[in-house]
Amino acid sequence: MKDLSLHILDIVQNSITAGAKDIRITIEEDTKVNTYLIRVEDDGCGMSEEMQEKVLDPYFTSRTTRKVGLGIPLFKQNAERTGGHLSLWSTPGKGTTIEAVFVHDNIDRPVLGDIAGVMGLLIGGNPEIRFRYAHQKDGKSYVADTREITEALDGMPVNDPEILRFIKEMIRENLAELHAN
Amino acid sequence: MTKIKSLADLKKKKDDLQSKIALREKSDKPEGRVQVKVAMATCGIASGSKDVMEYMVDEMDKRNIDAIVTQTGCMGYCYAEPTIEVRLPGQEPVVYGYVDLKKADEIIEKYIRNGELVDGIIPVNYQTIEKNK
Repeated sequence: MKDLSLHILDIVQNSITAGAKDIRITIEEDTKVNTYLIRVEDDGCGMSEEMQEKVLDPYFTSRTTRKVGLGIPLFKQNAERTGGHLSLWSTPGKGTTIEAVFVHDNIDRPVLGDIAGVMGLLIGGNPEIRFRYAHQKDGKSYVADTREITEALDGMPVNDPEILRFIKEMIRENLAELHAN
Repeated sequence: MTKIKSLADLKKKKDDLQSKIALREKSDKPEGRVQVKVAMATCGIASGSKDVMEYMVDEMDKRNIDAIVTQTGCMGYCYAEPTIEVRLPGQEPVVYGYVDLKKADEIIEKYIRNGELVDGIIPVNYQTIEKNK
């Protein structure tokens, strides 16, 4: 993966496959403690303890089209390469939380990349799912919530290309103000 | 154009757009539309399918082609990612591999617009002569 936003896109696809209807994506940047945390929480079908161990193994996948499953292992590897770590909590029937901590100023930490574009794709492709994206940096924060966006749109389809362009622009502008990277 | 920063700005933009979108919604029969599926699993994402997906959505809109662009999982052609499946109305779907933005443009202009097959097809759903007898 070229950047962190692509990891997020990849991990969130797992949540969607797990039938989640409410997905929270949180990024917490702390330049004082020097951490860069990414958390994805969903209310999907969850995983048994046995499966929670297996998903960290690159040779495990729930797919039948191929024999490897690299999404979580690659995310973990990238976090560990900076001196960080990846953790996973899951309850069958309740949902899954996955959290990766990167060392903020490590040269191996990928940049955030086009997270606005990623959110645009996720929202446009899954209008029935509620996405909440929160980005915090050194005490300042920005939250994009598709429920609020849907209310503001007042019945207009959230997956219209023009509307999506506006949503992406809104996220991009707010993140620029936070100096998120 | 002023930049959109808040939900209030979004609301304003939405009012300008309302009439345009009402027009678009009339053609809501999926069978009559071009359907494009972009493979977006780990392999696809790592190979750049996000950019291809955004390009397809934007270009179909700009070039006024009535199409549905959606995401799909991995079809097992990880070596050929990014892959896309295109289904023209009333036809069998065709899967293209190694789709970069240049290829995507070619597929839109030649295949989607004119039905002309272009290089890079992955034979997924071909039929052999023996079977057809």
